Amino acid sequence: MQDVISSVTVFALDPMAIVDMETAKIDPWLWRYDRVIASDSTMARRVLDEMLAQLEAQQWQQRDIFAVHLATEEALANAIQHGNGCDTQKNVRFVCLLGADRIHIEITDEGRGFDPSNLPDPTCDGHLHAPRGRGVMLMRAFMARVAFNARGNSVIMEKERGPRESSRQ
Amino acid sequence: MPAYQRLEVTEVGDVTVVRFRNRRITEDIDIQELGSEMFRLVESDKREKILLNFSTVEFLGSAALGKLITLDRKVKAQGGVLKFSNIGPNIYEVFAITKLNRFFDIKEDEADALAAF
Repeated sequence: MQDVISSVTVFALDPMAIVDMETAKIDPWLWRYDRVIASDSTMARRVLDEMLAQLEAQQWQQRDIFAVHLATEEALANAIQHGNGCDTQKNVRFVCLLGADRIHIEITDEGRGFDPSNLPDPTCDGHLHAPRGRGVMLMRAFMARVAFNARGNSVIMEKERGPRESSRQ
Repeated sequence: MPAYQRLEVTEVGDVTVVRFRNRRITEDIDIQELGSEMFRLVESDKREKILLNFSTVEFLGSAALGKLITLDRKVKAQGGVLKFSNIGPNIYEVFAITKLNRFFDIKEDEADALAAF
């Protein structure tokens, strides 16, 4: 009886304690996706659409889905075109971890890499035709975090989902 | 002359109004064909006043922006005028972030754009 009372007391004092322990045992990610694809835009579209379908299923706001879609589209295009030089013998690894409130994406190509700090500013007149500069600029604008590895052939992007829309009348 | 596959082309007075048949203008073969058709408007069909109506477009990325910049250059080279209209808020943000909203002549809707030619 004393044990029961003490456990109930613990629960009443700190109801989150037991929940935290349980949560820690549960995978924080609702959906994990890890695919290696050839440097081909059709394959890129396939993995992108898989991810977008998950965001729709989790009822992310359209604005956030647009943001993730755009950033991922740019990153995949960069990996295929600039990283792998459109060589279909080279692969791109696409990893997506989707949690209740955030998304984590990693895209890695087999290229030599590049220095993301050395990109031309695509907003100045002389660089209107700077394709990669514009893509990275959009990635940084639409995702909360964008980080390249030291070599520059892998990018991590993360975003928290916005507040859920109120239920429809 | 083959019909346009990616574009819906109509005439309103002396202005060529163009809508996109693809809701998503994305990084693959679509973008090359779309670019080719847009350039054909100018270079082959010699249209001088072109309005791109984006009302059907839900998504476009930087590759599309590149084609639009090239289109603008080709139109100007022919002494023509290019305007955009009906750009939704998400896509407008893409133009704004890349500062291309200052580069292109963007109007709220088709009526405003037609009046401005």
